[in-house]
Amino acid sequence: MFWHKGFLFGETMIITVNGKCEKVENVLNLAQLISSKGLCVNDLVVEHNKKIVPKHKLQEVPLCENDTIEIVSFVGGG
Amino acid sequence: MDDFLEIAGKKIKNRLFIGTGKFSSYKVMQEALEAASCQVATVALRRVDSDSKTENILDFIPKNCQIMINTSGARTAEEAVRIARLAKAVGAGNWIKIEVIRDNKYLLPDNLETLKTVEILAKNDFVVFPYMSPDLSIARKMVDVGASAVMPLGSPIGSNRGIKTLELVEIMINEIKIPVIVDAGLGSPSQACECMELGCAAVLVNTAIAVSSDPASMAEAFSKAVAAGRLAYLSGIPQSGKIASASSPLTGFLREK
Repeated sequence: MFWHKGFLFGETMIITVNGKCEKVENVLNLAQLISSKGLCVNDLVVEHNKKIVPKHKLQEVPLCENDTIEIVSFVGGG
Repeated sequence: MDDFLEIAGKKIKNRLFIGTGKFSSYKVMQEALEAASCQVATVALRRVDSDSKTENILDFIPKNCQIMINTSGARTAEEAVRIARLAKAVGAGNWIKIEVIRDNKYLLPDNLETLKTVEILAKNDFVVFPYMSPDLSIARKMVDVGASAVMPLGSPIGSNRGIKTLELVEIMINEIKIPVIVDAGLGSPSQACECMELGCAAVLVNTAIAVSSDPASMAEAFSKAVAAGRLAYLSGIPQSGKIASASSPLTGFLREK
């Protein structure tokens, strides 16, 4: 565990992603969370604690313990 | 004939709107949209499932096709507004079909929650299309609060029963000034044609195309039926009567002396 750019690196935390509790490690911000899931930022939109985060700001939003994240995208529908 | 449906500055030639649900693949859906020369297609918003990665549906929708995002899954105005804001943030425009449903059996819309949603979103730069039960009073209120069109149902979603609400929809067409677009329940091209002959501005079809054995051909068939119905409406459909009216002259019969 070590400090890097103001964050305690190597620490695990519990967050809620799309309604499910997840333990994440070494994930500092929303952009990293998206890429850790193998998702492409262009195809989706992220809500962080009920607030929509613009795509270009995903890197600027740090993840904190107990955060609630929604990651949504378009699907077929009438 | 120069006949366009104009909504929010966009001129729409093809009055068949297509929903993108239930297709066996995005490729099949794309072929159907192309076969119909579709200009307006609906999509829905859902949580990403990162365990089963899928393609981006927007890559399969023709570029000249206006995306209309539906708020399906919303049970209240608050939920519908949230979905609309998320959808706008994805960057696919601001056309929103408001779908607020609490009833799981018939999937009938909640007109009052829908009205609340229209009021909020129309004030916030959305082009709003409420899916509603055909009710003239509520439709008038939808107009007052800024709906760009109203979308009364023909029959329950996915039921393929046609326009069972015909007389109520006809009243809406006659009495309100914004486009009336029948959405849901249209199961065959003749049913879509019937709506257009009645004077609907457009129809939205999903299930009947998506679950047919050849969606591209069915989309084309619907598109032709919609165009035929529209042309007939514009040409002035004559009144029906209960007794005969001869088509051939009633003079010059050979039997006459």
